[in-house]
Amino acid sequence: MKARRGTAPTSYFWLLITGAYFFVPLLATFLFSLKSNQTGKCCTAASYTWVLHQGDFWHTLKISLLLALETIVISLLIFVPTIYWVHLKVPRLRPVVAFLALIPFVVPPIVMVVGLLDVYRGTPSWFYAQPWGFLAAAYVILAFPYMFFSLDAGFRSIDVHTLTEASQSLGASWPTTLVKVILPNIRSAALAASFLTLAIVMGEFTIANLSAFSTFPRFIQAVNEAQAYPAAALTLMSFALTWGAMLSLLLVGRKRGTRAAVLTGAR
Amino acid sequence: MAYLELQNLHREFAGGVKALDGIEVQLGQGEFLSLLGPSGCGKTTALRLVAGFDRPDEGRIVIDGKDITNVAPSKRDMGMVFQAYSLFPNMSAAQNVEFGLKIRGKHKGERASRVGELLELVGLGHAGDRYPHQLSGGMQQRVALARALAIEPRVLLLDEPLSALDAKVRVQLREEIRRIQLELGITTLYVTHDQEEALAVSDQVAVMNRGRIEQIGPPAEMYSRPATPFVAEFIGTMNRLEATIADPDSGTVEHGGVSLTVDAARGRRRGERVLVLIRPETVELTPADGSGGENTLSGEVIAQTFLGPVTRLKVVGPAADLIADVSTAKAATLPIGMKVTAALPATDARVLELSDPVAERAPELDPVGQ
Repeated sequence: MKARRGTAPTSYFWLLITGAYFFVPLLATFLFSLKSNQTGKCCTAASYTWVLHQGDFWHTLKISLLLALETIVISLLIFVPTIYWVHLKVPRLRPVVAFLALIPFVVPPIVMVVGLLDVYRGTPSWFYAQPWGFLAAAYVILAFPYMFFSLDAGFRSIDVHTLTEASQSLGASWPTTLVKVILPNIRSAALAASFLTLAIVMGEFTIANLSAFSTFPRFIQAVNEAQAYPAAALTLMSFALTWGAMLSLLLVGRKRGTRAAVLTGAR
Repeated sequence: MAYLELQNLHREFAGGVKALDGIEVQLGQGEFLSLLGPSGCGKTTALRLVAGFDRPDEGRIVIDGKDITNVAPSKRDMGMVFQAYSLFPNMSAAQNVEFGLKIRGKHKGERASRVGELLELVGLGHAGDRYPHQLSGGMQQRVALARALAIEPRVLLLDEPLSALDAKVRVQLREEIRRIQLELGITTLYVTHDQEEALAVSDQVAVMNRGRIEQIGPPAEMYSRPATPFVAEFIGTMNRLEATIADPDSGTVEHGGVSLTVDAARGRRRGERVLVLIRPETVELTPADGSGGENTLSGEVIAQTFLGPVTRLKVVGPAADLIADVSTAKAATLPIGMKVTAALPATDARVLELSDPVAERAPELDPVGQ
């Protein structure tokens, strides 16, 4: 490849190294997943077929995807107005909230789940015994730092005060200002926060395992313990699924941006 | 009867900072008032109180006879243009203008025609589908003006809307703001620290200092008859001569051992300490010929600042330092280092009581920008 003027050849070298670091394990996993369970020789798609025929695969995948969606919705509903309020009314509290947001990083999930199981003991069974209740609540806590720092960056990139005051002077109420003016302008940040939350929920094992809920990571772990080649296939499929889900979120979130671009082009 | 009244407004911020210390303003319907003053004088605080973004500690805001002091900003019907670019980035220019009309539940057809009308009014009929990032600063402020006017506000509030723009666009846009304001007859409150801007567009100018209004009046009056040394210096440039009344009958004052005749000094108390204020454009400079003369001070030209049609000369003399504005052609005959005689006008000088000259002084201003 001919280097563009101004681009150092070493850039391509480092790009190659970084690319290899990322793709070689994937390639190795892929080649491994193509081996036959019986003969141990290449190449067959039997592992993929086996995974797709497992009822638990679809069941746990559905639970994890729905859980991710629920966590994203709850987190956005809680954190967007809260961080907006902090930026607008009590900016001196921002460092305090940032500190609180770091706690889920500091407290290991294994400690957190023991605490949460204890705290929520005695709550109604529709909450305590269902992934949509207990697990979603735990994941909202787990996603807090990712939500906070992404949204915080979004709020810092816009002039919250001026936009809010401009909207209010035109007669908009607080909810209208938040939904019509603020939210569309932190869309990228909200999307980034949603991606991270999705990735966390799709990969979280400790809390789900200790609280005995069947989620996708637990299915991966179960397969991993029993069968080597299908486990490799499942790993790649989970990787593709997570990226696919992220892409869907991106496409949904960027619909309005596309409209802006079209209008610009039509000018 | 006044349409907009600010009655005895007080506002103190944390740490005991008095932003407003009892300001009183009465503005008739359709009038254009500029709040003028240096940074931190309280002018933006006053505007924010009128907009409803802040509440006064004391005092009332009355519009058309109704007290709106505690009314929410969204219910006040005030159109506001901000100092910072405030267009909603996710909306096109037309959508920005339409926003307030949508909130008010106007029909689509009505909205579309009003948006088109207003964009035409601000000269952006062709740019309705552009997004804020595709507009220049001047265009963004025009759209912001159209957006503020779209809701047919009772009062238009402008918070230094031109301060982020370059000089040429600033002059152009301030003339447009005035044209539109006159065309629509909308009551307008304008905040600026630029005295030239305030004098150019306003019916009334209120000069503010430390949370108080020093003087309020028509621009010509503010310029020709400043009531305090602060106003005198803030509006335009002034030569300040501290003097003593020597003869109240003839209007003679003593300054640095030189007797000067100033009409405005007549009738004051003999021996009274006064401040004689003289505009630079009224000082006449001629090359010194050693003869001196009545009402003159001698000195040497030490600096020249080219201001286009006029050149500002700084003259340093034994009795006083002076600033004089002379035509650029004449300035060429008065080079730096030349001894000159400065003739001071007896009729145009202003005399104020000298109370506390240091405290009353306006902040240092850019000599070119005044």
